Amino acid sequence: MSDLAVTPGHGPADAGSHDEHATVTGLPNTKIAMWLFLASECLLFGALITTYVLYRGASEIGPYPADIYDIPYTSVSSFVLLASSLTMVLALAAAQKRDGTRMRLWLIATAMLGLTFVGGQVYEFTTFYDEGLALGTNLFGTTFYVLTGFHGVHVTVGILMLLSLVGLSTLDRLPDDAAFPVEMVGLYWHFVDIVWIVIFTIVYLIPSPSGPPA
Amino acid sequence: MASVSVPASGRGLLRRPVSVTGFWSWFTTVDHKKIGIMYGVVAFAFFVIGGLEALLIRAQLARPDGTLLNADQYNQVFTMHGLTMIFLFVMPMSSGLFNYLIPLMIGARDVAFPRLNAYSFWAFAMGGLFLYSSVFLGGAPNGGWFGYAPNSTTDPSIGMTFYALGLIITGIASTAGAINLAVTVINMRAPGLTLFRMPLFVWMGLVVQFLLVFSLPIITVALFQLLFDRRFDTAFFDPTRGGDPILWQHLFWLFGHPEVYILILPAFGIISEVLPVFSRKPLFGYQFVVFSGIAIGFIGFGVWAHHMFAVGLGPVANTAFGISTAIIAIPTGVKIFNWMGTMYGGDIRFASPMLFAIGAVSMFVIGGLSGVTHAIVPSDYQQTDTYYIVAHFHYVLFGGAVFGFFSAFHYWWPKVFGRRLGEAVGKAQFWVLLIGFNLAFGPMHILGMQGMIRREYTYPESLGLTFWNEISTVGAFLIALSVLMFLVNVVRTGLRRGVEAVEDPWDARTMEWMTTSPPPPHNFDEIPTVHALDEFWHRKYVEDERTGRLVPAQAGASDPHDVRGVAGAAPEEASGHGSGHSIHLPSPSYWPLVSSLGLPIMAYGVLYSWWLVGLGALVVLTGFYGWALEPSVAEE
Amino acid sequence: MSDVETPFEQELGARDMPDPGEAGAPHHEHPSPKEYIRIGVILAVLTGLEVATYYVDVGGVLVPTLLGLAAVKFALVVMWFMHLRFDSPTYARFFLMGLAGAATLYLVVLISFGIFLVD
Repeated sequence: MSDLAVTPGHGPADAGSHDEHATVTGLPNTKIAMWLFLASECLLFGALITTYVLYRGASEIGPYPADIYDIPYTSVSSFVLLASSLTMVLALAAAQKRDGTRMRLWLIATAMLGLTFVGGQVYEFTTFYDEGLALGTNLFGTTFYVLTGFHGVHVTVGILMLLSLVGLSTLDRLPDDAAFPVEMVGLYWHFVDIVWIVIFTIVYLIPSPSGPPA
Repeated sequence: MASVSVPASGRGLLRRPVSVTGFWSWFTTVDHKKIGIMYGVVAFAFFVIGGLEALLIRAQLARPDGTLLNADQYNQVFTMHGLTMIFLFVMPMSSGLFNYLIPLMIGARDVAFPRLNAYSFWAFAMGGLFLYSSVFLGGAPNGGWFGYAPNSTTDPSIGMTFYALGLIITGIASTAGAINLAVTVINMRAPGLTLFRMPLFVWMGLVVQFLLVFSLPIITVALFQLLFDRRFDTAFFDPTRGGDPILWQHLFWLFGHPEVYILILPAFGIISEVLPVFSRKPLFGYQFVVFSGIAIGFIGFGVWAHHMFAVGLGPVANTAFGISTAIIAIPTGVKIFNWMGTMYGGDIRFASPMLFAIGAVSMFVIGGLSGVTHAIVPSDYQQTDTYYIVAHFHYVLFGGAVFGFFSAFHYWWPKVFGRRLGEAVGKAQFWVLLIGFNLAFGPMHILGMQGMIRREYTYPESLGLTFWNEISTVGAFLIALSVLMFLVNVVRTGLRRGVEAVEDPWDARTMEWMTTSPPPPHNFDEIPTVHALDEFWHRKYVEDERTGRLVPAQAGASDPHDVRGVAGAAPEEASGHGSGHSIHLPSPSYWPLVSSLGLPIMAYGVLYSWWLVGLGALVVLTGFYGWALEPSVAEE
Repeated sequence: MSDVETPFEQELGARDMPDPGEAGAPHHEHPSPKEYIRIGVILAVLTGLEVATYYVDVGGVLVPTLLGLAAVKFALVVMWFMHLRFDSPTYARFFLMGLAGAATLYLVVLISFGIFLVD
């Protein structure tokens, strides 16, 4: 992940050359590594979502999800994160056309949308906490905060990577073909988005039992 | 090496390290060979520590009503013994061997991401030191390596918090390392080296990296949940608030069983390299061994609940997992027959690597057979949590992995250090180890059947367990003697004077022997083009058309360098008839070390102060930014 | 060993010699900004549908509908925005290994807890 900005898929054997086809499969090292990493992340978020599903409706005391969810509010957050995926691919398209200015603009837009999402999540957490839901209040609090918190940390890391790209690009420290690092950060960013697609449905939209287990 | 340039520049926050030799170069190196050696040294140090803990356990249990350790100390010692041997010895030792050998075996100059490789090593070392710092900060982990909740979540000492944090750090290290090595094998093979021309050791390496990539995230989540339960009052495994401790068992063994194959498959790879060389025959049924290795990796994800038969999952689940467990014995058994087939009719030389490899196969068979008895659910009900289980997994993991490692040490020592380990001491060490090992763990089968419970810190004389416990303790000290003999052998070998001819001491078959011993920093002056499985062998020998016997490839080719044609020639010559460009190796870097330093700082922060978490995060970020901003090859 | 590629070799997408025309140059086949925007609009509409279920009672098909919508959105992002439709199938195989592995393992865990037997 951290090799992104400077290692556009070249092994050490051909570092210094700019031959993209030097690997056995013809695919860049970094991109294979990124997809393996994302495959690994599937099992990470899978375990967290499984835990949420297992404990759905198992809280013995409130507040229960229906008591405190604000679906319209979270829907706006979901739209924001979805929109950030669109601006991300537009940044990539600009980078592929070697249009540095547009690329930076779309990257900044993506980061801003991401910040809006994270800010919204901080506000949501604060509200829920004020309404009596702490980490240890019940299983809902436990599973909700840890799952969405893990996701929020991932979004934050993504924002840092986006802003780093903008900074490196401004300082002219990206390789000539900036599309590659932008594409790699994009893969991570979209992955965080698809995790939210699943979380939004399973955690928010599918109604949970409102009350202690029978 | 005139053709190699490792340039450096002074730009950046820290002056770019220049030196590739000397003490400090070890802290900044990104050379897979040096990193492999560091993995080996640190892992072996942890092996010695874990072994001393084992001796404490055996000394305590040597007599009834032992008083050497109290119950609390005993819990800490057996937990640290398990954690050390699994996470700080076998896994990193495998990483070290893979690190050193895979690039050489596939004809690459380094791994795919050299700095990430250094990061993996340093993060592992930091994780190990962090885990052991618990000894001085309020007590080591004491809930077993499996850390079953709610015992692990409610224990009042600080140990299990160290357990969760320490294993998260080593998990990060292993994940980064696994992705790195997987990409290396997939993408950086020499021309002509198709997947089915790869040495078995590389194949097993690839399978292990995939197992790591897909199993580590599961334990990471479980460890975070454990950490949150202990530190932030969550209710994941707290039955009083509706939580279910069985969830921990599922998540732990979803990781834990693939982990068993992560520990043993490297040894399978070593055995599959050593047996053909010392039998002077190709591996019998190469493709069968490859596919059974893949099958083991795949099925290994589908047997986790056999660790939980006694939990009460119900007859359907128990039957299903009993069947899948019996099925995984098939590909494992296939390999055993392949190895026997390799030796059958071979021109066998009983050198020390061969002895250890044969020892590994035979001891693993014993462990495998007792493992099959666990697949039978009613039988397992009797054996669960007895010393029979302890006997089983030590035959598999010590008998398989540790014998395999010693085989690897003896076999590849000349490759890595340029001289052979003493053969006489090596053979003596093998026999002491074989006898000690069987004395230590053989009697545990009987003790288990007699009903001796695992993890009990003492037992009364009236149970009649004394005799076999005494034998077992004697065996444990013989194992220690054998390890001591190995260390003596290492020192004696190091002190030996003169240059030895170790270009190809075993008449080997694979590509790592096609360069000098030890290899130059760039591994190969010219990357060889591969035409066959066992490439090196086929360059040395051809089959005589009339007699069907093997004869040297070139008449009068007494100088192996001619056959090799790769690294033997002087660099000037090589670049003369080569493409003429110099080889750019990745430059040394401080940043992997810096960014890994942040991890334990963050972990201490979770224990003591949020400020430390912030500081640690800052160190990690500084490391990553420094890393991203410096070119992988410094400018000239 | 012959030079013939074995099935697993093909499965990993590995070749002896890289083919510059195919796997090495996926960038040129990526969708245009227009197509990106079209996918973005579809995603927004689907999300609108999801949110609508909060206001409109759709009865017993609610959960399957929501899961189906999420799956379609997931697939759209992965195929178009992450380019799995256009890139080498090697990436898709690695990702599917993780995705299918996670789905299978965790479903078995949930089934063993009897989670789908309740209500």
